[in-house]
Amino acid sequence: MQLNEIWFLIVGVLFIGYFILDGFDFGVGMALPFLAKDDVDKRVLINTIGPVWDMNETWVVVAGASLFAAFPDWYASLFSGFYLALLLILLALIARGVSFEYRGKGESARWRKTFDWMIFAGSVIPALLWGVAFANIVEGVPLDAKHNFTSDLFTLLNPYGLLGGLVTLTLFFTYGLVFISLKTDGDIRARARSWATRVGLVTVVLAASFLLWTLFAHFSVLGLALTLIAALALVAALWANLKGREGISFSLLALTIATAVGALFSALFPNVLPSSTDPAGTLTIANASSSPYTLTVMTWVVVFSLPIVLTYQGWTYWVFKKRVSRKSIPAGSH
Amino acid sequence: MSSLDLARWQFGITTVYHFLFVPLTIGMVILVALMQTAWYRTNNEKYLKLTKFFGKIFLINFAMGVVTGIVQEFQFGMNWSEYSRFVGDIFGAPLAMEGLIAFFFESTFIGLWIFGWKRLSRRIHLVTIWMTVVGVLLSAYFILAANAFMQHPVGYEINPATGRPTLTDIGAVVTNVIALNQFPHTVTASLMFAGAVMVSISAYHLKRSQFVETMRSSLRLGLWTTLVGLVGTMLSGDSLGIAMVNTQPMKMAAAEALYDTSAPASFSIFSWGTPDGSSEIFSIRIPNLLSFLSTHDWNGKVEGLNDLQAQYVAHYGAGNYMPIIWLTYWSFRWMIGLGALSGLVAVVGLWLTRRGRINLPAWVWRVAIWAAPLPVLAISVGWLFTEMGRQPWIVFGLFKTADAVSPNVSALEVWISLLSFIAIYSVLAVVEFKLLKRTAQSGPVDEVDEKDEDKLAVAY
Ligand code: HDD
Ligand code: HEM
Ligand code: HEM
Repeated sequence: MQLNEIWFLIVGVLFIGYFILDGFDFGVGMALPFLAKDDVDKRVLINTIGPVWDMNETWVVVAGASLFAAFPDWYASLFSGFYLALLLILLALIARGVSFEYRGKGESARWRKTFDWMIFAGSVIPALLWGVAFANIVEGVPLDAKHNFTSDLFTLLNPYGLLGGLVTLTLFFTYGLVFISLKTDGDIRARARSWATRVGLVTVVLAASFLLWTLFAHFSVLGLALTLIAALALVAALWANLKGREGISFSLLALTIATAVGALFSALFPNVLPSSTDPAGTLTIANASSSPYTLTVMTWVVVFSLPIVLTYQGWTYWVFKKRVSRKSIPAGSH
Repeated sequence: MSSLDLARWQFGITTVYHFLFVPLTIGMVILVALMQTAWYRTNNEKYLKLTKFFGKIFLINFAMGVVTGIVQEFQFGMNWSEYSRFVGDIFGAPLAMEGLIAFFFESTFIGLWIFGWKRLSRRIHLVTIWMTVVGVLLSAYFILAANAFMQHPVGYEINPATGRPTLTDIGAVVTNVIALNQFPHTVTASLMFAGAVMVSISAYHLKRSQFVETMRSSLRLGLWTTLVGLVGTMLSGDSLGIAMVNTQPMKMAAAEALYDTSAPASFSIFSWGTPDGSSEIFSIRIPNLLSFLSTHDWNGKVEGLNDLQAQYVAHYGAGNYMPIIWLTYWSFRWMIGLGALSGLVAVVGLWLTRRGRINLPAWVWRVAIWAAPLPVLAISVGWLFTEMGRQPWIVFGLFKTADAVSPNVSALEVWISLLSFIAIYSVLAVVEFKLLKRTAQSGPVDEVDEKDEDKLAVAY
């Protein structure tokens, strides 16, 4: 394998890591207005992700920086081209991040309500827009010969892009609901399970159409295999949820996300950002990548650091493995 | 305004804003770790209370550093795509290292620290805060190494095919002489700020004679930290200045508004130039000091703006290579002046509170309370000096700021993002300040001994 192929894979893995981890955080944020009956419920929901959302979100920082280091032209064209979409994502992530931290620190009900809505919006917007963005990356966008994006936000809101957005939105919602039933106890756990079934069915329909569309447009054997696994895992996850096997359902959904994103990346390869107008504008792993020396250095950094990162992040999940229940929220807190 | 000007405003505003929170994070995490260590060693409840109290202040601030930091990471691609293409081969590497090595580290261990009070053993829990310290310092180092490349590019070769620099020596990039000097300078400046905040909060309570036992200790700790920080910034600033003269002589000349090459050169305390900035009208000067600062030789030669401008034109072609002189001149002075003022407050404070004296007049406490922002103001103007003094270059000697902006992002789009950031950042500033104030004013609380360990993970 060539270094730039390895880096295409690493970038893919980092984004998969981001979606698998922050994906359920988004789902929990979306569930807030639907599942919580009172303030204690809200606290329970937020506490399921309290210790981990920051380190989950950090995956996107790392994915972005790695994109910069390994494929500077991809980073430059993508981020300047998707300017307003990324701005919305940034504003949403800012709103969500501060809300987790500040919500419990105010006294008034209005204060908390405001932050609850910011958590909700801050979860819905990125969950939707990441799907829109990735669908457009695969489909290609107008790039001129210098690889500059020549259109505006509305170009991104085409049917394929929007469908991609709805898939990530509903998929993350389902994923978050299953996570809640895995991490809580009592009433709220049961509510989460039945919501997961309903949202999950919608997800199946949307995801199936999106993945088939992708497969027809960019057929490959690997893409077919990944699409099949994604589809089977999703259906099996819903079934496991119905049977009350939350752990299995959660793992299968993580698999769905990994393979679906994998299918998108395989549809993209060896391009990284196809041009829909001027073929000379297409960015590929060859013309967008850094020099072999930089890639070598960065490969060593990843080889040494990522296993350590996975170890201590895994340990964190183990430390916080207990379920969060209403009983654990002291009277008077919110 | 052109999209270039708007992008510059946006970058300046968002970066300075990010850097209001970062120094407090850097300084405070070290102080909290020290206090927790003191508790671990002595078992004295006082230190536990202090750890938790200042830990809360640290966390409120940390959240802001995190959310504003994400913007920074994306902005290079969004607004400076030509810059990203140009330097990506080199500049991306320290940024990615920062993420992979430092940000993962700190974001994970901070979660463990917040939620691990009762779930982890006392020893492991202490380790988690020190791990956070390591992560924070690493992230500061890597970002400064990235910035140092812009000040003084090293470890690269120009690729003749693309005209862009290609990385040839990563070791040289991460041991850039500018980064090596900026790091201690930034960390000690951050300690000054954290110390001053600690003094301010302690003074608030001591003025009201409440929590005297704990606040007396934090007052002294804060005062000493500020003083040690000041000595550190002066020593490191001195060698940073020498490094700067060697790499960017124009910046030192601009810092001094020194128009003509002089040996020996004097340091001016006040200076007034002609409106076009090409010569000086009036100034007050200390003889030989500038020679010493720039060369460590009282009679050393310091090059002046006009000579450097001529040299640069000969070397890089026609153009204006001077930064905005009044801005560099005054920001350099304000950096030193505000920092020195804060140090003065600390020295006087240490003397007044010697051997446990705390019966001081109200105005003394008031000064201590309101002196908190001095170091952070010094830090902000210090960065203004560093970044504006590099202009017109974005990467010194290689690439100009005017060529760096994204060509395909319209002025309208930048207006939208600029106004959005200003709006959300202003709201957050108010919210953050209110929370910090309320938390600080409510003082350290008595620890209740929780039986159910889960209860502690609530309402963080
Ligand atoms: C409390 C804050 C503070 C204080 C008291 C000082 N500085 Fe400073 N200075 C900073 C905070 C700072 C900073 C904001 O942190 C900078 C911006 C970039 C950097 O690395 O540190 C900086 C930059 C900076 C630079 C520019 C480096 C460059 O452009 O590459 C120089 C030459 C100095 N400082 C020199 C000094 C000297 C000689 C000082 C005192 C005698 C001094 N500083 C006190
Ligand atoms: C790795 C760290 C940094 C990098 C890579 C960086 C990069 C840049 C870039 C790309 C610009 C745009 C050029 C321009 O507008 O003139 C700039 C300007 C600027 N930066 Fe930095 N910067 C860094 C650190 C900082 C910090 C920590 C601060 C302040 C707290 C800061 C303050 C500014 C300011 C005030 C400007 C000037 C904006 C203007 O020209 O109007 N920078 N820097
Ligand atoms: C302009 C370039 C900069 C970029 C791209 C940048 C990026 C970031 C990012 C993405 C975060 C959030 C990390 C997390 O999720 O935990 C962050 C926080 C942080 N940044 Fe920056 N930053 C910049 C300037 C600086 C500078 C110049 C320093 C240090 C001297 C610095 C030090 C830190 C530290 C210590 C944190 C963590 C503490 C906190 O969140 O308050 N940053 N930065």
